[in-house]
Amino acid sequence: MMGLKNKKWRLGVPRALFYYYYGSWWETFFHHLGVEIVVSPATCREIMDLGVELAVAEACLPVKVYYGHAAWLAPRVDALFVPRLVSVEDKSYICPKLMGLPDMLRAALKPCPPIIDTTVDLARRREEGLQSAIKGMAKALGMGANRVVEAVAAAKARYREQIFTPDGLKENTARQKLTVGIIGHGYLLYDRYLGMDVPEKVARMGGKVVFPEHLTEGEVEEACRQLSKRLYWTLGQKIMGAALHFMDRDDIDGIIHLTAFGCGPDSLVGDLAERYARRRGKPFLLLTLDEHTGEAGLNTRIEAFMDMLYRRRTA
Amino acid sequence: MKVTFPHMGHLWVVLKTALEGIGLEVVVPPPCTRRTLELGVRHAPESACLPLKVNLGNFLEAKELGADTIVMAGGVGPCRIGYYAQVQREILRDIGCEYEMVVFEPPDVHFSEVLEKVKYLNRRPWQEGLRGVMLAWQKACALDYLEQRVQHLRPREAQPGRVDAVFQRALRELAAAASRREIKRIVRQAEREMATLPLHTGRTVLKIGIVGEIYTVLEPLVNLNIEKRLGTLGVEVVRGLFISRWINDNLFKGLLPLPSHDPAKTAPPFLNHFVGGHGWESVGDAVTFARHGCDGVIQLAPLTCMPEIVAHSVMPAVQEAGGVPVMTLYLDEQTGEAGLQTRLEAFVDMLYWKKKRDKERRSAGAWGYFLGVGRGS
Ligand code: SF4
Repeated sequence: MMGLKNKKWRLGVPRALFYYYYGSWWETFFHHLGVEIVVSPATCREIMDLGVELAVAEACLPVKVYYGHAAWLAPRVDALFVPRLVSVEDKSYICPKLMGLPDMLRAALKPCPPIIDTTVDLARRREEGLQSAIKGMAKALGMGANRVVEAVAAAKARYREQIFTPDGLKENTARQKLTVGIIGHGYLLYDRYLGMDVPEKVARMGGKVVFPEHLTEGEVEEACRQLSKRLYWTLGQKIMGAALHFMDRDDIDGIIHLTAFGCGPDSLVGDLAERYARRRGKPFLLLTLDEHTGEAGLNTRIEAFMDMLYRRRTA
Repeated sequence: MKVTFPHMGHLWVVLKTALEGIGLEVVVPPPCTRRTLELGVRHAPESACLPLKVNLGNFLEAKELGADTIVMAGGVGPCRIGYYAQVQREILRDIGCEYEMVVFEPPDVHFSEVLEKVKYLNRRPWQEGLRGVMLAWQKACALDYLEQRVQHLRPREAQPGRVDAVFQRALRELAAAASRREIKRIVRQAEREMATLPLHTGRTVLKIGIVGEIYTVLEPLVNLNIEKRLGTLGVEVVRGLFISRWINDNLFKGLLPLPSHDPAKTAPPFLNHFVGGHGWESVGDAVTFARHGCDGVIQLAPLTCMPEIVAHSVMPAVQEAGGVPVMTLYLDEQTGEAGLQTRLEAFVDMLYWKKKRDKERRSAGAWGYFLGVGRGS
């Protein structure tokens, strides 16, 4: 996206997908450049419906929800920020769907505001990739180099502070007897509507929740060494690493894998995780969410799982 | 060591020749059937893509014939195929089916590893092995050449099925051929027979371009013989994906002088980046076909295929700009013949109608909308 010289414009940032990983970075960065940012509200019925209607039926749920956020923002902003995330680390990729996301939105949103679709590709030359992504973003905004350097520094600092927990996850410390590892994509675990509040539900039933984000990169990598081939999806690696790490820990009673209907990488990563868990005798619950998943059925499944964990504990 | 490999269309002819060429004993898996699919589906993760399931079925059926080593291709993302082998290995292990696996990954990452694997498999002096590989390559080219003749003749032959019969015989003969001379003779013979087939006179033949994920495009079991069906409906099929080209693009990294897809030139502004698998090519080829006067485009993909979902999502824009109707078909183990046939007939009907209208009033454009393509399937 080029030629947007208008300094006082409003930039829309969808609160979905990688917003849950890089949102604070983006916000700080744009803020420092003097750009007004509009982040869409938390996912709700209206937004999900908007997305489900716009996206092709075969798309996965998180992508549909992203469409919904973008569509919600479209009439309210001057441009949308939809970076083309190809890769955020060495020799790894984000899902193919994110590589095409800006183009997909352009084909679906009518009318479609200008889209800032800077490519972020760090798969081969990390530093260069990052520099060119930052330059690309600044250029799209018509900003000079010195302001950008400052903005990046601020964004980095803010990003490091960020901790991952769904807003207001209240753990029921009184009843906490079990520790449950919940694995899955951040944009599912931390989006309370899309993720149907599963972490909260587990917490309310007396579970102490551990997320993949609570592990260090080293721990994830170490655990993944058990695989015969490196997983080339950044999030897949994280999920698998967390699963394997949790399996080896005696203080973790069970693992819940939260996945979205239609997720490609999860269909393989999740299957492997479940296989390993079964071989090692670690309780494992797979929850696949789609736009029709009912609250009651979900509660029952989680309750049954927690009960089983209690029984194993006391047995 | 008895090696086997996954089926994909006629690829077995090529692989068998190459592997026997380097001195291995080869077990060609039984041709893909419903049973293959059912075996695969029973053991594979439910939401995995179809090729993984059918390949697994191939391995299980080949095991029954005594195979003990699998040779297959891998990849390094972002599409799932690069992790098939790992998942399949774990599944086979869990059901107690013992196999050794030799997985070939793209050479730009592990070139020395590729050589190691070839060395490991090779049982013959290099020159002899190379001769076998060249022979396999010539067979691939011969098959692709004949298949294009078949695609041209199907909608035009007066007695449906005859050109396919000729092709099937040539295929079997090619599989057994041991020299370049023999290959040439078989091709000439098949061409001669095709030239004598009685043709329709005056039938309007439509042209449809097929794009999509390579496995669903090339494997008749999973696409339920779509090309034959279209031929019978009076459609000449064209496609950009062929085995020889795939080998060239993937194994030789486009080193051979073959016309190759150029999605970087053809797919923008609809899709501006590589998305894994054949997604970029699907969009680029759809644009190319629209420009070259195809009446319609059909996109084929396994259900849940990520790159093709991206391509599918931008097809409405391609359709609008190119004035060419695009229909996307997702295939999985539930796809039924009757449903597919109905959708093909409706699409072809619409194209006839559109073609007639267009001829009357040269005003192309908005018709694609009537299909509602791009909004699910
Ligand atoms: S990783 Fe899964 S959930 Fe995320 S965009 Fe890709 S298919 Fe969708």
